[in-house]
Amino acid sequence: MTLLAVERIKLFSTRSPYWCSALAIVMGIGLTAIFAAATDGPVPLGLTQIGSSQLAIAVVLVMAAIAVTTEYRFNTIRSTFLAVPNRTSALVAKTVVVAFIAGLLGEIIAFGSWGVAKVISPSSDLAINTSAEWRHVAGVGLVYAIGAVIAVAIGILVRQTAGAVAILLVWQMLAESLIGIIPKAGVKIQAWLPFINANHFLSMGSDSPEMGGTGVDFKLSEWGSLGYFAGVAVALLVVALVVAKRRDA
Amino acid sequence: MIEAVRLSKHYGRTKAVDELSFTVRPGRVTGFLGPNGAGKSTTMRMILGLDTPTGGDVRIDGQHYAQLKRPLTKVGALLDAKWVHPNRSARSHLKWLAASNSIPSSRVGEVLEIVGLSEVAHKNAGGFSLGMSQRLGIAGALLGDPEVLLFDEPVNGLDPEGILWIRQFMHRLADEGRTVFVSSHLLSEMSQTAQDLIVIGKGQLIAQTSTEQFIADATQDTVRVRSPHAAKLREILAAHATVTDDSVSGSLVVQGISAQQIGELAAENQVVLHELSPQRGSLEEAFMQLTRESVEYQAH
Repeated sequence: MTLLAVERIKLFSTRSPYWCSALAIVMGIGLTAIFAAATDGPVPLGLTQIGSSQLAIAVVLVMAAIAVTTEYRFNTIRSTFLAVPNRTSALVAKTVVVAFIAGLLGEIIAFGSWGVAKVISPSSDLAINTSAEWRHVAGVGLVYAIGAVIAVAIGILVRQTAGAVAILLVWQMLAESLIGIIPKAGVKIQAWLPFINANHFLSMGSDSPEMGGTGVDFKLSEWGSLGYFAGVAVALLVVALVVAKRRDA
Repeated sequence: MIEAVRLSKHYGRTKAVDELSFTVRPGRVTGFLGPNGAGKSTTMRMILGLDTPTGGDVRIDGQHYAQLKRPLTKVGALLDAKWVHPNRSARSHLKWLAASNSIPSSRVGEVLEIVGLSEVAHKNAGGFSLGMSQRLGIAGALLGDPEVLLFDEPVNGLDPEGILWIRQFMHRLADEGRTVFVSSHLLSEMSQTAQDLIVIGKGQLIAQTSTEQFIADATQDTVRVRSPHAAKLREILAAHATVTDDSVSGSLVVQGISAQQIGELAAENQVVLHELSPQRGSLEEAFMQLTRESVEYQAH
């Protein structure tokens, strides 16, 4: 518990998490607002989460990576390891705090987007009833939290902001969807890519085709996909923790 | 007490620290002296568990740093004053350090008071001058009221006032019975700060002794002699002492006999003297002589 408090103090005593959070909220909810305003007729629920799951997530991943890389950039990681020589617990505490905040942001952005769509288009049927609908909206927080674990792990491994951010953005926004272009094999590979699986978890089947990975033959259920996404995140984190423990600080 | 036994750190073929053994005792200021690149900082990082030794062992009161519970209450360290987030206030920086070792947050105000930073505690550390950063670093080291304190080149880049403050401060810490281990590449600085010295060069131990003893051994009195018959005089003196030529001034530097003896020998042999002056060896010269072999990067 002490270590969680420490990481909380550290994170909130600098400005970047506030800026990143504000940016993520504005971008996520803003995109939904634009979509809703530009749509003639009723806004489907599947349209409200494109901003949160496709755009704002990138900002949150960057925030999570930066939480680690600035420690290396300014060598405060050494002060951290002096105060807490057990590097694994220090870094796990950081991961937990960052993931929790990312999850919270995910919920704020998801329900904020849903709310803004309802305000702009009051006549639309945006009621959240089925479990798929709940997953689609409330699941965003879970995806953010797990994504943040991946970002922290990459941050620990790469140790510098530019590198970590580049890897995360190219991976999450480009690489996984580009692989789908590979003839035949592409969609088979995609079925096992972590962020595609995260989108599969959020998708409502045919109601939100743009997010489910069109034509991907998923071998896992929606919740199975989330578990797989989480598994990849944990595996990456374990690798990062082992490396951090062995490496000279 | 800090005890290093055959401590080594190799980077590929470079031996940054090479089988270094030493002991740092409590109640004294122990200087860690060596030219730049001698391995001082690497050694300190190994003491603090930041770097893993390639070989050997270093313990603090019998324990590895990593084994310490609430390490800040046992060991305080200032390795680099810039290990602070520039956009975090001095108080926040100390607050998270305190929280990490269950040190009451009231202690933050106390250490800020001790180092004289209370006024600027809410300001971001990035805007601090080197002297202020150094004070913040010391505040961090004192946070847990530790028995053992490590400072890496604490006076580097400070103004005379700051240097004096740190020097007196370290004496006070040692007088309170703490173990104070401080590194420097300047012997003149160490001669005024440290009671004991551990001298290293190229990662190897050159000497571990009291500062007084080190200076007495290292600096020997010499006599400068100038004479129009230098060659003849050199022959006479060489039988009694070590004579070296000072090519710059054209004089002889004699070591081993007193000015009085040289005068008498000259008179006996009817050699005219133009100068006969006893010289006190300088600390820096002595240090240079000792570490000359072990300076890593030399200007030619």
